[in-house]
Amino acid sequence: MALLQVDDLSVTFARRGQRTVHAVDGVSFSVDAGEVVGLVGESGCGKSVTSLAIMGLLPKQPGLRVGGKAVFDGTDLLQLDDRSRRDIRGRDVAMIFQDPLSSLNPVIPIGLQVTEVLTRHRGMRGEAAKKEAADLLDRVGIPDPRRRLKEYPHQLSGGMRQRALIAMSVACQPRLLIADEPTTALDVTIQAQILELLKDLVRDSGTALVMITHDLGVVAGMCDTINVLYGGRVVETARRRPLFREPRHPYTVGLLGSVPCLDAGPGERLKPIPGSVRDLLAWPDGCAFAPRCARRIDECVGEPPELVLAHDGRSYRCLNPAPVPGTVPPWATGGRAATDPATDAPTAGAAAPAAADDATAGPVPAPREKEKP
Amino acid sequence: MTTISGKKREKIDRLAELAGRDDERGVSLWQEAFRRLRRNPAAIVGAVILGLFLLVAIVGPFLVPHPADAQLWKGEIRDNIGYFPGPRAENWFGVDHIGRDEFSRMIIGARQTLLVGIVSTLIGLAVGSLLGGVAGAAAGLGGKWGRALDNVIMRFVDMLLAMPSLLLAISIAALLGSGLTTVMIAVGVVSVPVFARLLRGSMISQANSDYVLAATSLGVKKPKIALTHVVPNSLAPVIVQATLTLATAIIEAAALSFLGLGNNDASIPEWGVMLADAQRYLDAAPRLAVLPALAIIVTALGFTLLGEAMREALDPKLRK
Amino acid sequence: MTEEAGTESDILVEVRDLKVHFPIKRGILLDRVVGHVKAVDGVDLSIPRGKTYGLVGESGCGKSTLGRALLQLTPPTGGEVRFDGVELTTLPAGKLRTMRRRMQMIFQDPMSSLDPRQNIESILVEGLQTHGIGTDRDDRRRIIGETLDAVGLPRWALSRYPHEFSGGQRQRIGIARALVLGPELIVADEPVSALDVSIQAQVVNLLEELQDNLGLTYLFIAHDLAVVKHISDVVGVMYLGALVEEAPSDRLYSEPLHPYTRALMSAVPVPDPDVEDRRERILLAGDLPSPANPPAGCRFHTRCPWAQPTRCADERPALRDIGGSRVACHFAERIASGELRPHKVSVQIVRPEGEGGAPAVVSAPTEPGSYV
Repeated sequence: MALLQVDDLSVTFARRGQRTVHAVDGVSFSVDAGEVVGLVGESGCGKSVTSLAIMGLLPKQPGLRVGGKAVFDGTDLLQLDDRSRRDIRGRDVAMIFQDPLSSLNPVIPIGLQVTEVLTRHRGMRGEAAKKEAADLLDRVGIPDPRRRLKEYPHQLSGGMRQRALIAMSVACQPRLLIADEPTTALDVTIQAQILELLKDLVRDSGTALVMITHDLGVVAGMCDTINVLYGGRVVETARRRPLFREPRHPYTVGLLGSVPCLDAGPGERLKPIPGSVRDLLAWPDGCAFAPRCARRIDECVGEPPELVLAHDGRSYRCLNPAPVPGTVPPWATGGRAATDPATDAPTAGAAAPAAADDATAGPVPAPREKEKP
Repeated sequence: MTTISGKKREKIDRLAELAGRDDERGVSLWQEAFRRLRRNPAAIVGAVILGLFLLVAIVGPFLVPHPADAQLWKGEIRDNIGYFPGPRAENWFGVDHIGRDEFSRMIIGARQTLLVGIVSTLIGLAVGSLLGGVAGAAAGLGGKWGRALDNVIMRFVDMLLAMPSLLLAISIAALLGSGLTTVMIAVGVVSVPVFARLLRGSMISQANSDYVLAATSLGVKKPKIALTHVVPNSLAPVIVQATLTLATAIIEAAALSFLGLGNNDASIPEWGVMLADAQRYLDAAPRLAVLPALAIIVTALGFTLLGEAMREALDPKLRK
Repeated sequence: MTEEAGTESDILVEVRDLKVHFPIKRGILLDRVVGHVKAVDGVDLSIPRGKTYGLVGESGCGKSTLGRALLQLTPPTGGEVRFDGVELTTLPAGKLRTMRRRMQMIFQDPMSSLDPRQNIESILVEGLQTHGIGTDRDDRRRIIGETLDAVGLPRWALSRYPHEFSGGQRQRIGIARALVLGPELIVADEPVSALDVSIQAQVVNLLEELQDNLGLTYLFIAHDLAVVKHISDVVGVMYLGALVEEAPSDRLYSEPLHPYTRALMSAVPVPDPDVEDRRERILLAGDLPSPANPPAGCRFHTRCPWAQPTRCADERPALRDIGGSRVACHFAERIASGELRPHKVSVQIVRPEGEGGAPAVVSAPTEPGSYV
């Protein structure tokens, strides 16, 4: 039984006079106790909205609808009333945000903000709470914690603020920590410090961590399982190594091809995904990624692709997935013996012209010519 | 080999292009703001109020049933027992304390109110924008003299701002003597610092923006940058403020008239003066005070609603 | 003299001892200068024609200021900038404006660098009019059309406004605005950091393509080491207003010599689990010191795991040539040979800007594992 089981989560914003926005469109994933799970995707893929929906932190507004389930330890977080949700939040499930300055109260000293959490959830008061707060700050690597307790957020640097925020979230030894782009606002060397800190916390306390980020490098170093999101749905789920070594969904392949590698040779070009994140197909009309996809086939439009379950707990939502590297592509040998069972006959044939296209980049996907040899 | 059916491919490509290609021409920010304005109920209510007000103020005076200053029903007034003829077929809003038709006076008063509001706002807008624009440009061009000029202008504006607005208006009225012009100048001067500071602040923040830097790096001259980029982008808050100022100008003008600093010409009715005259007869005929007060409030509300809606429509932060 | 002419044709931009100091002002009525933020403090670099010079560093290291000072958009406090043999810092304003045609800039935020009230055509035509390029309207339209093709934007973009485009397309508009003048040098200040990963790659490829086709010279400024390394021929690493290392991009990756470069390199997350698991992280202690009050001696010595009791704290190292790289470290050779070992560094609390006064230095041991 997973610690957190998110099932078909959907979030829609309906605005007067405008089209309904499906920010999250049926996201499912699970987090086991002590596991680090990554949610990866570009802006607008619904990764942040997913976390806010799970935490019940979406701003209440008319037209907002949250559907599906998010079962944490047997209770559906989405069905809770505000009061019991507040009890769980901070005690069992805690969250770290991207911008530490706006998530800390600017007019209250750091110490008071940490002790507040301790008082609310652990009933600690006075000197005991103060001592525990100082210990927490010490644990997250803030030097001279006793003095820092009296300071205000603006007196700390960005990295120290993020540390303080992490101290607050782990104050009650939560079983699940959700980190929404925790290092995006920070410099690389500070990011490395914070990531190392999060890794240590997870390893030492057995807390499960959901890491939400756009940075593939961050998940590669941290996560056990990775969910790639596109257009509000999970398009690929895999363990860390298989995902990076043999990405199956063309979007994952494209993301990996878009990132320059430090050890790449000179003169190598990146392989970007054409088009922009705006070029979405609505899921009911087919695969949302189809307009930008280099491996698009006939069947991609019309029906939404089902999630294909492969071995080793991995799954992808694609009719024409990228071949597993190492296996011989069927068109190279003329046969199709060595392919993955998921790559069935017609799709394998269509993959050849698609691969030829994949270098064309432009704001609008180039139409595929019929005449192409 | 699988061939892709033409129809399906067309569909995908069309969907992909839809994102940037709903219609032939681009939509400018002003057009977009206007679209948003049209969708806002507050803006529509405000616009309807103002439309009615404008109609009454412009066309009304030609259609009034009675002249505004003719004391036609003086004989019917029983001042000792505080009796004035109330609303009836020939006087819809009744008769005022010296026997004039209240309805006609209200209608002609609308034109006065509109005139005072617009002229005084224009005075404030013109002088304030001039001061603020020069200060903003001087600060933007920089240099020792630029900063000095900016400093001198803004300290003067601060002095204006430091004085309570009504007090300032009264002292101007005291200097120039009472009258309609005085009211317009006084109310206008009061709004000068608001416009000056707004335009200057807006210009300075625009001057620090990346697109101004981009224009500099293109080699465009500073004065041209100020005119083509900085000023047009600084105008939106000023226009919003002008709409909101119309509302306060009307109220302030009424207040000055109420205090007796307004026009002395009894033949030209004005809502503030009517309100002042009516206060002695509050017991006997409250409508004489309520009606002009209500007219002032509703008109000011119309301008405020429209102004706030414009602020919302033009605010870049609300743009997605 | 012939020798000098020869070098000038190869080197397009030469920067000597460039300094940009911003005064810190206090006071209500009369401003009083209470100090200076030394955003750029003595940088020497030269950019060969047709090549890409990458400038990398963390926020506050002065890389953007350096780019702007190079284009004279921020007046330098001292030093020289030679563009194709012409000294820019002393050039009269009118001549400088004419020169701007040859050196252009691309900005980080494609939205804020485009005037929201101009449509694309008037954005692109502004520079042409300023420099009197094109004989008439039709001629300008032709130039603009060709530029749009070059950056991969459709013609229907002309009548549209910036807010109607996606981030990547807006950045293409920004590139087109720079390109339409036919410049030789383009200073690209974080041109891809505001974009999504998949769009970043499109823009990086576009910039490379344009360089190949038009022979452009780039100064590419970014905080992302992987992107800088990918696009650049030579990379300069900045720390607190000065270059600490400059090397050909492959060499910088294979043999980083300055301790800061090593730390930076080891901190970049790599999308490869094997690399991530294997590598040793050099975690730097604490934060970047305030540029208003930089440490004496080597600016990096407060955070440097290799800092030595001698020289580092009192003598500012100059850039030295070591096997094809330029490094500002007293002990670069001994660190490279493994003779010096990294040690524990105590964290110094750094106050954010505007807190005033000297940063209170409080020392405390870092948590275990924060050094190699």
